[in-house]
Amino acid sequence: MKTTYREAVRAALREALQRDPRVFLMGEDVGRYGGTYAVSRGLLEEFGPERIRDAPLSESTFVGAGIGAAMAGMRPIVEVMTVNFSLLCLDQIVNNAATLRHMSGGQVAVPLVIRMATGAGRQVAAQHSHSLEGWYAHVPGVKVLVPATLEDARGMLWTALQDPDPVLIFEHATLYGVEGDLADDAGAVEIGHAAVRRPGRDVTLVASGGTLAKSLRAAEALAQEGIEAEVIDLRVLRPLDDATILGSVRRTRRAVVVDEGWRTGSLSAEVVARIMESAFYDLDAPVARVCTAEVPIPYPRHLEEAALPQPETIAEAARGVVRHG
Amino acid sequence: MTAATSAPAVSRDHGLELLRQMTRIRRFEEKCAELYGQGKIRGFLHLYIGEEAVAVGALQALGPEDAIVATYREHGHALVRGISARAVMAEMYGKATGCSRGRGGSMHLFDAATRFYGGNAIVGGGLPLAVGLALADRLRSERRVTACFFGDGAVAEGEFHESLNLASLWRLPVLFLCENNLYAMGTALERHQAQLDLTLKARGYAVAAESVDGMDVLAVEAAARRATEAVRSGAGPFLLEARTYRFRAHSAYDPELYRQKEEVERWKERDPIPGLEKKLRESGLLAAEDLERIEGEVKAEVDDAVAFAEASPWEPVEDLLKDVCAEPPSAKGARP
Repeated sequence: MKTTYREAVRAALREALQRDPRVFLMGEDVGRYGGTYAVSRGLLEEFGPERIRDAPLSESTFVGAGIGAAMAGMRPIVEVMTVNFSLLCLDQIVNNAATLRHMSGGQVAVPLVIRMATGAGRQVAAQHSHSLEGWYAHVPGVKVLVPATLEDARGMLWTALQDPDPVLIFEHATLYGVEGDLADDAGAVEIGHAAVRRPGRDVTLVASGGTLAKSLRAAEALAQEGIEAEVIDLRVLRPLDDATILGSVRRTRRAVVVDEGWRTGSLSAEVVARIMESAFYDLDAPVARVCTAEVPIPYPRHLEEAALPQPETIAEAARGVVRHG
Repeated sequence: MTAATSAPAVSRDHGLELLRQMTRIRRFEEKCAELYGQGKIRGFLHLYIGEEAVAVGALQALGPEDAIVATYREHGHALVRGISARAVMAEMYGKATGCSRGRGGSMHLFDAATRFYGGNAIVGGGLPLAVGLALADRLRSERRVTACFFGDGAVAEGEFHESLNLASLWRLPVLFLCENNLYAMGTALERHQAQLDLTLKARGYAVAAESVDGMDVLAVEAAARRATEAVRSGAGPFLLEARTYRFRAHSAYDPELYRQKEEVERWKERDPIPGLEKKLRESGLLAAEDLERIEGEVKAEVDDAVAFAEASPWEPVEDLLKDVCAEPPSAKGARP
């Protein structure tokens, strides 16, 4: 069936609310407004205000309340409007959700799902354009998912809700309107592995979330020139699926890591380090990176585009590593 | 503020139990200070000496079905709630037999069996958790109460205001229990609050509030019972402020440059333990041998806890990464 990323997330929410009475959705404007990105439109009418809870602009407290409710055995889905505002509840995520199981000697579980929009590309300027999912991937005790496809938008939520630990799901804001085909029986997907989205033999492009489509476009351009790029969608930023990354790099012997985060201290740095640690002697060229320029994301389109990874810059980086040696 | 009770309306058995619980905490904490000096307990150590009447009085109002969220000054609350002195002391040592397997130490006592949810060491960070625990009860139509302890320092945090508002907005069964010991670490209340009457802040969020003399265990118990009853009846959250004082330094690292010795001495005259003894004696509910018996029982319990902690094993280093996450379940069926 034809659907959109937004509708796929909504279908996942509806399924979760129907299947498990412990599930409820809580966040800013998820009810009467219908969700900032219209993801939860209609759910209030269907499930009522007890399970679709409009929260005040109190990120720290409604995320903390999600943690508390999860500790007590509920299965909350907390929507933080965007990753930018998640900085207001960083304490609850890092100091509570991530620590409680270990710090309590295994007694306290936090089976919580936090969803948030992330990313740049919509000309909403510096305070609404962060890509900070890499920060969260730094923290032991949480899992970090980045659904880049309709299948993952539809299927990751249910699996995340079965996880006994906190799971953060980052939905790139430019993806909500993406249309495509989704199987009528699409449902839960596993959340343990990266996926090869396009096979290729000459170079591996490692992407995730909002950079997957750009990397696939880069691969098409490269194919016109006779360069066959393999495109990996990380899907899960924590824990990283080393086997899929390294398996691909060992075949292609070359890699470009694409990251919408800033280069310094980024997730791309982690991926490159792991390739270096485990596949150094399989490489025919130094691994390259395409990251966001180290600047607060500017408002005008031409500057924003220049700051972000683009199909052209990804393809150019790939040509560079293929030409090398 | 609730008037101090002149003649306690309390049975001999209950009066002696309150006295025993406060004495337990006092002697346990004194032993902790001693063990800290010997290097047996490390890290931060926040003692509850002087504030015992608050935890002992307030926790009388809760049943086993209720939940507790406490701060990093929570040894007393844990003991009164029913976590064994052995498990608390072993946690102080960092031993595997501690109530958090030794992973948390003094500031992070947890016990799922008694619904004791920490031991939270970020000031204000426990309040949202309490709101969530209460939300879960509300969604499941459980008539349970979550008691959330925090200090006056937390009142300056945004989470205090957000949590009172949200709990009130959704009429959640939270008993907010402010242990106002007049200092946010070393900053006096009047140096961190523009409005010194903390109950007025609650009224700003349409939360019922009351202050009580936190040095009077009977007054605390009476106020906590009233407040808990109101919360359990579905009236929404309640803020109970207990005005108290810590006799010792904030933590073992605190040189106490910010307050006068005379002030500490004045508060010590209101020590809740002799205070209760006096009341019980005047009412003919306390005999000299009662005190001896209580001290003897408490000493035996504390000594036993120390011996247990000493003899307990360390968690093996191989378990370092255990319980960061649970073993991952795999989704049935689909691959991406």
